[in-house]
Amino acid sequence: MSFVFFLLATLTVAGGLAAVLLKNTVHCALALTVAFAGLAFLFLNLDAQFAGFAQILVYIGAVAILVVFAILLTKGSETPKDGVFSHTWLTGLAIAAAVFAVLGWAVIETAPMLPKSTSVPIVTVAQIGNALMGRYVLPLEIVAVLLTAALIGAVIVAMHEKEGLE
Amino acid sequence: MQEKPIFETLDQIFVLLKHWLVSFLPTALQPAAGVVISVATIVCLFPALFALTTVFERKGLGRIQNRIGPNRVGPFGLFQPVADGIKSLTKEDIVPLSADAVVHFLAPLVLVVTVFMGFAVLPMGRNMVLVEMDAGLLFYFAMGASTELSVFMAGWSSRNKYSLMGAMRAVAQMISYEVPLLLSSVVVVMMTASLSLSDIVAAQSKYTWGLPHWYIFTPWGFAGFVMYAIATTAETNRSPFDLPEGESELVAGYHTEYSGFKFALFFLGEYLAMFSISGLGTTLFLGGWSAPLSSLTWVPSWIWFFSKLMLSIFVFIWLRGTLPRLRQDQLMNFAWKFVLPMCLLNLLVAGLWRFLGDGWPRWVVCSAILIAAYVAMGKMEMRSEHFGPRSYRYAE
Repeated sequence: MSFVFFLLATLTVAGGLAAVLLKNTVHCALALTVAFAGLAFLFLNLDAQFAGFAQILVYIGAVAILVVFAILLTKGSETPKDGVFSHTWLTGLAIAAAVFAVLGWAVIETAPMLPKSTSVPIVTVAQIGNALMGRYVLPLEIVAVLLTAALIGAVIVAMHEKEGLE
Repeated sequence: MQEKPIFETLDQIFVLLKHWLVSFLPTALQPAAGVVISVATIVCLFPALFALTTVFERKGLGRIQNRIGPNRVGPFGLFQPVADGIKSLTKEDIVPLSADAVVHFLAPLVLVVTVFMGFAVLPMGRNMVLVEMDAGLLFYFAMGASTELSVFMAGWSSRNKYSLMGAMRAVAQMISYEVPLLLSSVVVVMMTASLSLSDIVAAQSKYTWGLPHWYIFTPWGFAGFVMYAIATTAETNRSPFDLPEGESELVAGYHTEYSGFKFALFFLGEYLAMFSISGLGTTLFLGGWSAPLSSLTWVPSWIWFFSKLMLSIFVFIWLRGTLPRLRQDQLMNFAWKFVLPMCLLNLLVAGLWRFLGDGWPRWVVCSAILIAAYVAMGKMEMRSEHFGPRSYRYAE
């Protein structure tokens, strides 16, 4: 656990906390972007270049912009009158803690069963490409079909709205 | 062809200078010092180029518009950027009362930082890359995607309807043209089988009959370069795609409420983005630092890179002075209905090129497909436009 890891982890957790605790919705979206950036730097810290840059490109470049557009096009930036915290926060906290405990237990119990490797594997982009096109081509194609369906769905929803106006 | 030793030294002169400077320090500090020197060079060089480009642009635009540009400060107006810099430093920094102070302050910083990061992967000469990355192109595009966030931050935090409209239009334009930008670069990656920019330049540094293997000289490369040029003009909000900062429509778009040095930072960020994306274009399509003819390889590589870069900037300025501004719906239509299908077709044609094997048939087939698609799509898009003979109305 190096100093850099603690710094990046603090950045990510701080971004995540700020994203839920801040009052202004736009500030929350920007804090979420900081959390995404922290995750990307953690990937880069682990020498996973492709994952880190793809994280920046997709999450910060597309998902954050999407969130921001949603805020821009709706009235979401105005803070609601009775605050941002719900009344049933204690139940929510209990459920979230239970889920985290289950996940943590599952990870810790299965950690000894992973293959022991002495050195960090150096994965090049070429290897990722070969794997995607060779061994994992079926998941790739399924994701492509899913994305196409989402795109067509978005176009149809937008088209119907236009017809509804006329 | 044996290069004379003096030209080899000139070619590597900056690398040798850096090693000489770094050798004065103890061995433990040497890598860090090398990085600091390279970063300092980039941070000083490109803003200096930016200053030169502002004069170049104003004089160039002036000449295209049949007037002389700035000519008061210094010989032929060359010290104009100095005057502009002093002006922007001494102006009052006005922040609107209801603006979001933190985000308003951070927006130009985010822009300039992410744009400078893009320069880290450009190979500016032989052995002159700041960071040699396996996934260099992906890093560059990741940084480019982050600049859109700063545009939104600027427009939102100003609490100004014009800024917000400008920011929305700018972000919509930038994300629409991001897709053709990436797709036209993917063709190059496909044919080079590497995401590393140094590999891409090395693959273009070969010569056949004295002519270079630059990708722009292949059918798919030429089409890719045209798509890339269109996408970069739109990504950097340059004319004819500069509606988001159209002075006659939106006051100044998303940087309306910025004055003084923050406006200068936006200006700097925009021009630096232009430099870095032109640098990427020369790396991908124009052969980076390689010479145009095999008889000219004695000229230092960094001279070629910067000449090609300045040529791209000159073309940007020329476009700005010549073409009228596109309307928002026109430019979105153009992106999604013309440029994107052409880019996808280009991918197909590049694959065909690879599998048809060496020889003249692949040149004919690929060029024919691309030209036929261009003509067909152009005719389809223009089907609904009816152009009659021009009619002129003169004042009586």
